[in-house]
Amino acid sequence: MSSEKVEYEPVIGLEIHVQLSTRTKMFCGCRLSFNDPPNVHTCPTCLGLPGALPVVNARAVHFGIMIGLALGCEIAERSLFHRKNYFYPDLPKGYQISQYDVPLCRGGRLGDVRIHRVHLEEDAAKLNHLGTSGRIHGSDRSWVDFNRGGTPLVEIVTEPDLRSPEQAREWPSLLRTTLRQLGVSDVNMEEGSLRVDANVSVRPAGATELGTKTELKNMNSFRFLERGVRAEIIRQIALLEQGEPVLQETLHYDPASDSLTPLRSKEEAHDYRYFPEPDLVPVVATEEMVAAARADLPAELPAERAARYENELGLNADTARLFAFRTELGDYFERALAAAGGNGDKRQIDPVELSNWIPQLVERIGSDSDPASSNVAPESLATLATMVKAKEVSRDAAREVLTRLVEEGGDPRAIIEREGLGALTADDDGLGELVDRAIAADPAAAEQVRSGNMKAIGPLVGYVMRETKGRADGGEITRLIRERLGL
Amino acid sequence: MLDREQVLHVARLARLDLSDEEVERMAIELSKVLDHIDKIRELDLEGVPPTSHVIDVVNALRADEPEPSLPREVILAAAPEPLHDGFGVPSPGAA
Amino acid sequence: MSELIELTAAAAAERIRAREIAPAELFEAYRARAAGNDLNAYTWVAEAPPADDGYAQAPLGGVPVAVKDLFCTEGVPSQSGSKILEGYRPPYTATVVGKLAQAGAPLLGKTNQDEFAMGSSNENSGFGPVLNPWDRSRVPGGSSGGSAAAVAAGLAPWALGTDTGGSIRQPAALCGIVGLKPTYGACSRHGMIAFASSLDQAGPLTRDVTDAALILRHTIGRDRHDSTSLEFPGEIALPQAEDLKGIRLGVPEELTGAAGGIEPGVRESFESTLALAERLGATVEPCRLPHAPHALSAYYLIAPAEASANLARFDGVRYGLRVDGDADLITMYSRTRDAGFGPEVKRRIMLGTYALSSGYYDAYYGTAQKVRTKIAEDFDNAFERFDFIVTPTSPCTAFELGSKIDDPLAMYLNDFLAVPMSLAGIAAISIPSGLSEGLPVGFQLAGPAFSESRLLDAAYALERAIGFDGSEARR
Repeated sequence: MSSEKVEYEPVIGLEIHVQLSTRTKMFCGCRLSFNDPPNVHTCPTCLGLPGALPVVNARAVHFGIMIGLALGCEIAERSLFHRKNYFYPDLPKGYQISQYDVPLCRGGRLGDVRIHRVHLEEDAAKLNHLGTSGRIHGSDRSWVDFNRGGTPLVEIVTEPDLRSPEQAREWPSLLRTTLRQLGVSDVNMEEGSLRVDANVSVRPAGATELGTKTELKNMNSFRFLERGVRAEIIRQIALLEQGEPVLQETLHYDPASDSLTPLRSKEEAHDYRYFPEPDLVPVVATEEMVAAARADLPAELPAERAARYENELGLNADTARLFAFRTELGDYFERALAAAGGNGDKRQIDPVELSNWIPQLVERIGSDSDPASSNVAPESLATLATMVKAKEVSRDAAREVLTRLVEEGGDPRAIIEREGLGALTADDDGLGELVDRAIAADPAAAEQVRSGNMKAIGPLVGYVMRETKGRADGGEITRLIRERLGL
Repeated sequence: MLDREQVLHVARLARLDLSDEEVERMAIELSKVLDHIDKIRELDLEGVPPTSHVIDVVNALRADEPEPSLPREVILAAAPEPLHDGFGVPSPGAA
Repeated sequence: MSELIELTAAAAAERIRAREIAPAELFEAYRARAAGNDLNAYTWVAEAPPADDGYAQAPLGGVPVAVKDLFCTEGVPSQSGSKILEGYRPPYTATVVGKLAQAGAPLLGKTNQDEFAMGSSNENSGFGPVLNPWDRSRVPGGSSGGSAAAVAAGLAPWALGTDTGGSIRQPAALCGIVGLKPTYGACSRHGMIAFASSLDQAGPLTRDVTDAALILRHTIGRDRHDSTSLEFPGEIALPQAEDLKGIRLGVPEELTGAAGGIEPGVRESFESTLALAERLGATVEPCRLPHAPHALSAYYLIAPAEASANLARFDGVRYGLRVDGDADLITMYSRTRDAGFGPEVKRRIMLGTYALSSGYYDAYYGTAQKVRTKIAEDFDNAFERFDFIVTPTSPCTAFELGSKIDDPLAMYLNDFLAVPMSLAGIAAISIPSGLSEGLPVGFQLAGPAFSESRLLDAAYALERAIGFDGSEARR
């Protein structure tokens, strides 16, 4: 064993394919398929019949520019389509029309990750294998369904800026939310409208040169992305630690066994023989086209919203991201914030306090539900939060109120009054008495507290909480106990 | 100019199963043609933009409107191996 | 019957409009000749005249047209001269064929051609060579050899062909008829089985310039199915010029100079046509196309490169020939393509694949694209001083069958006068200028993009003055 163990850091880049939700295919007027019977959405162009020619879908270009703008990219004034040549049954022309060195968009950034490029291309058809497992190996015959062939795709390539498996799970989620907000795609990984491949390499921590990268495919959920990337990092580090080199190869992730297998290596490395597509003319992103794309962008995209929550409203980073990634939570939060004056309550709402109550609400209605469709009106949540902040109701009691609100809706003040859940303070009858009783019931604890061990105060506070059924504010109880004990 | 290995490599890329005789002949014929063509590499083309499109047209775009697709029977009628409502092929990766 | 076939298409249309002939009569006259022809000019002939669809009112009067095999014609074999597509019947019709049918020119038959339009002699067809009606031991030229032979021999009133590097003009010259390559983009390529996408153009092969103008008029136009097609500015006027007063003709030294490899008989015919042009009032002067000597090399990189990709779809999966379907996938692909493609097609696929392959792109395809830019520039410059550039169409008259087939490079060199115009995308026409030792010689005029009306006019004036008689080939 060497005396100095090298620390390795992972370097990860992602290649994302997004199926656009246009009505027709990228280069022909066939409708997009949604689990329709095989081969009912084909024409000479997407079947690669002799003499057929492609024609670019204007809406796909529009969506492509929208995506570029949302990701802060530079939209190319002029971009070209290229032919990417190779033979495969799901590729009817023997080439894919894609974009090569003059793509639609370059540069950009989303959150912590820089974007390298964004371009348009067509999807391959679907190759189905006979045999029960649906896997290639073990079947003798396959058959092709061309419904999917020609579906418009946007390919997004990031810079190798990701640094952990967790990030490989989280960042695509941010991308997905962004794309969903744009309305350009269903971005559903299970259905295949969002596909993410990862390029993974490792290098000694602090080094600037990149290690050999491998390409990981077939991770069709964010969870699998994280697991696949993690497994690959471990594998590469183990190799390097044994003095073995990492080979550049493509690995297929198997979710069942959580393992990676090299895809059968082809004799020739891919020589795609790219050349400009002579059947199509260049795409010029005119001012009108860019303006039209900008006009279709939502007012605020998730990354911007998260930044605003954190910087302007003081939410912590995780909460800011949660509300920004899950639009329904963010929307509800903002409606509650704006509810100053609703319910007749004129006090300022504290965003941070309010933000604590949204997860509480989500817990009660189910994590897949939209708060806006619950019985809890945003103003009501706002009022509740404000009352907690003002110590008019204890945190514990407020949780009960929330449960009631979820069940019946209405105004929290009414519920508090009806159930007698208002906070007890020192001014209320009996609280001081209860504190005395708590001290009397547990003199040992009281002695501990007197001698400086604040941890022992817990049982005393608990006693009072139980007796008040949680109506007293914990902080208030603590203050009173200390007072009584002469601290 | 083009040796046998190169011819075989290109034939593989182009999915052409050339016979030995064809490979030999191809090497000679292509070399002859390439010798002649090679002269253009002597031209000074510094700074000359390549012509990827002869006509001066951009943005030939189509509205996102559906058009009728071909009936499946029609397209499968031409298929060498209709299979499962699709086009049968040997499985890639099968030995 | 024989007088029917002596009529030009325009004249026949006139007679039909005047109700002197019935469209079906004309159709049947040609159909019978086509079906019984000994030139192997056709791969398919209609079995009967179409029902009369009001042809007497249609602009083209019901005068039937022969169409090169590579145009998709729904339900009718469209094979591009290749065994890999033997018997293939497409589910749609090419735009230009549809337009002609709409204008009153129904489909007479599909004509034989060099396989995938690759060739200059029609000896590369998967269905046998085509013979030249002037001398059946000789080639008709290619790749539209069938269309040219059919028109020259009176087996069709007129025909549609395609020109990528001379494939309309050169066979027209070798068969003593008129052939026009329109400006690139003027006619739709939708439904044309592709050879080289940035060069292919559909165009007429006809007995005279007026017929060519008629076909052109009814085939031009932007097609929403072809992104590279354009709206033709203005209309195609029927030619009527009686002289060439004020027309400036430029003769490019690089192409017609002594070292050019042009046969003496061809050169003689060319010179006498130039003299004739001067008598008609044209000025004839030398002009320069400095990069023209490299056009052939650029063409034989660009065209095969595009073709190598265009022909990748012929893989035995969805249509056409399949060989060894029980073998593994790569073997099936490779054996299908090796069996289905002829030697010339394989050669060009190999050349094209090589020119695009890793490490060679810049030197070959990339360089060729730059040469193309310079050639287009050369023509632009020349057209500032000249109305038309003129050359012989082909360096030689019809050669003997089999005489060049073993020497691909020699065959390619045939195209050197035609390919510069293809690379530049401009309009060019070939008209018969006379005979040399009994074989036709063609005279080429090339004009700027979209100059077809003026080009046809000048060609018409010259044609009148030349007075070429092609009837011998129709006997």
